[in-house]
Amino acid sequence: MRIGVFICHCGSNIAGTVDCESVAELASGFPEVVYSTDSMYTCSEPGQEGIITAIHEQKLDGVVVASCTPRMHEPTFRRAVERAGLNRYMFEMANIREHVSWIGKDKEHNTNKAADLVLMAVEKLRRNRPLVPKSFETIKRVLVIGGGVAGIQAALDCADGGLDVVMVERDQSIGGKMAKLDKTFPTIDCSSCVLGPKMVDIAQHEKITLHTCAEIEAVSGYVGNFSVTIRRRATYVDWTKCTGCGVCTEKCPSKRSPDVFNEFMGTTTAINIPFPQAIPKKAAINPATCTMIQKGKCGVCAKVCPVGCIDYEQQDELINVDVGAIVVATGYDLFDWHKYPQYGEGRYPDVITSLQYERLLSASGPTGGHIKRPSDGKEPKNVVFIQCVGSRDRSVDRPYCSGFCCMYTAKQAILTKDHIPDSQSYVFYMDIRAPGKGYDEFTRRAMEEYGAQYVRGRVAMIYPHGEQLMVRGADTLAGTQVEVPADLVVLATGVEAAQGAVKLGETLRVVPDQYGFFVESHPKLKPVETNTAGVYLAGACQGPKDIPTSVGQGSAAAAKALGLLSKERLESDPAVSKVNLSRCVGCQKCIGTCPFGAIKAITDRQGKLKAEVIETVCQGCGICTVTCPQGAIQLEHFTDNQILAEVNALCPPKMNASFE
Amino acid sequence: MNIIDLTAADCDFQAEVASRSGQDLKTCYQCGNCTAGCPYTFAYDVPVSQIMRLIQAGQRETVLNSKSLWLCASCQSCTTRCPNSIDVAKVMDVCRHMARENGCVSERTSKLFTDAFLQSVEKHGRAFELGLMATYTMKSGRFFDNIALGPPALLHNKLSLKPHSIQGKEQVARIFERFRKGE
Repeated sequence: MRIGVFICHCGSNIAGTVDCESVAELASGFPEVVYSTDSMYTCSEPGQEGIITAIHEQKLDGVVVASCTPRMHEPTFRRAVERAGLNRYMFEMANIREHVSWIGKDKEHNTNKAADLVLMAVEKLRRNRPLVPKSFETIKRVLVIGGGVAGIQAALDCADGGLDVVMVERDQSIGGKMAKLDKTFPTIDCSSCVLGPKMVDIAQHEKITLHTCAEIEAVSGYVGNFSVTIRRRATYVDWTKCTGCGVCTEKCPSKRSPDVFNEFMGTTTAINIPFPQAIPKKAAINPATCTMIQKGKCGVCAKVCPVGCIDYEQQDELINVDVGAIVVATGYDLFDWHKYPQYGEGRYPDVITSLQYERLLSASGPTGGHIKRPSDGKEPKNVVFIQCVGSRDRSVDRPYCSGFCCMYTAKQAILTKDHIPDSQSYVFYMDIRAPGKGYDEFTRRAMEEYGAQYVRGRVAMIYPHGEQLMVRGADTLAGTQVEVPADLVVLATGVEAAQGAVKLGETLRVVPDQYGFFVESHPKLKPVETNTAGVYLAGACQGPKDIPTSVGQGSAAAAKALGLLSKERLESDPAVSKVNLSRCVGCQKCIGTCPFGAIKAITDRQGKLKAEVIETVCQGCGICTVTCPQGAIQLEHFTDNQILAEVNALCPPKMNASFE
Repeated sequence: MNIIDLTAADCDFQAEVASRSGQDLKTCYQCGNCTAGCPYTFAYDVPVSQIMRLIQAGQRETVLNSKSLWLCASCQSCTTRCPNSIDVAKVMDVCRHMARENGCVSERTSKLFTDAFLQSVEKHGRAFELGLMATYTMKSGRFFDNIALGPPALLHNKLSLKPHSIQGKEQVARIFERFRKGE
């Protein structure tokens, strides 16, 4: 074998603490190395050209590059050696930046360690062999989990791009949090007016199949070929017949169901259509409050339904669907502000959340768009807004900024003045975060045009004061305590990961961070990808996001899915397990341990039981190779002999054993 | 108002308060929750959130000479409310000690009362109210401040004319001794 070694300076990143020329010189003495050099930036175009020229001129049949982490540039160099006519697996990378130069300052030690790592790579390369990827077909269908604005955008973009889309939404209607909002910042346009048409498009698009009241039960398979099981909860209404006429909701005598859509600002009927623009506009029964289901008496809805679609016996339904890609857009939930004793822990009905206030402002809300405070229905005059409730607070384990509360609080202060001209808003804030286009101007308008009184400080106490609530806080700019007798207190409750996100992450093999938000593949360069190929993120499930950013991510995730499935066939990584049939004794231990179901039992010509790896399903994790008692199953490109050769390069061996 | 030279910040002061209180003062982001909840802000010359800021800025003189240190009731409202879990009351306490060590006593009567109280405890093993009142009144010269409280307290048998003795008086006295030796 003729091996070429290339040591990268990475500007001063490596060369600052590693003597790259010495490493190259040392490497020229390593086994089978016929060419060794160092260059300033090996990943640059001249750097890659240097590799290609050397392969041609020196007739190399293997290349080692010692540079940065393979995460970023292994694909770059593999493509380079492939351009020069080598197999891309006849390439090894030694990480002498993250593993050497960035973590140590002693140049002599660093240089020695870098040389050791290069030797390991050379020893492994000597045992590499060309591998050829298998290709497989993809399913031209996308699963979108979550029907909020990010999911809606992703679904519409995928469908318009020609893919079939299956949308799964946990609630009864799509629309998510945006459907609950009255107006949106910074334009004060009507939320349901801009979202409504997109929701209708979802319902009417011939390429989109919508499942609401549904959740993901199980996911198996791999990029291009996922198999998904969806559990659709019983709605006790046959939606193929229901016309959404609403007669049942008028006649239902059980009127004490919690009104989830209106953020519990009132009650609703047991059979219900959550809001006028709901998609699908179908009724569903809340089994917990339906007297027919609970006690077996009533049946009014079944009597009045003109199409006879009520079915009290309906069961949950499991739906199986195969998809090529998955977009996760499960959104967020609000922080539970009851953890704060200073805001009354729920004792005062006139302390509400910002989302509840949105429902009070909305014409489709429980008060018909008139601001009435919950305790006595009176119109409030003094409205106090408290920001950062459950944001930037380590004591409640929410150290992050929720990002958009500053903006919606300014919007709500403006709308309060619009609704009640003789009202006065007071906003308690820590910092105003308004970095978007037109955002800072918007908060200034709330102060300058709408007279909102911004107080820089926190609220430490709310206590009853006649019919009002006395809000005591600090004005840190004035260095004093302040008090406001308030008629209504609105808490800008922070954002947290949607309930069930962690469990869904387990199902999808997508990792949540410590707060339950899904982790993207790279914080800058792969913002909508995950570390599971074919699974993409959109919207607030990845972290707090406002509407424009969520929509942008929805489109970005759709572009990724469209790009992936635009290929007729995908190539699988050939670094997968392979069974040596002559060694396999058919014990089937590997079949039991494989987390991907990638190994199946076969019988050979003599009728003996053997194991076989399904190459396109195998993810190359290597669990089977350590399970096999015979050493019959080996992970290609990471065989026992290759790894032992690396170990031996570092610690010279006492004995030589072959495990292949 | 004085111009504060930020480069002249007394970093030792900041570090000393941090190490003696065991609190990470850098985590304070000036939300103002401590001031908002403090029941004595009305009497303070420097609100507690600004004390925290002045410590961060290394303003030893201003902090140690503030009246607020001596008016703090150690009620711990600030500690309870702090989103960064800083024990603000402890910080106030440490600063009060430092003020005392440096001879900065901006509220003379507060110090006199504390001294009189501790003296009484050292002598009797517990507070002897009447003796404490006498010492404080004599030293402060504020003869008529609390005179109205005397008769009702006497009537309710809350003011004993001679000190009660307790078990382990000597041990209490030894605590004081140990403290003085700086153990």
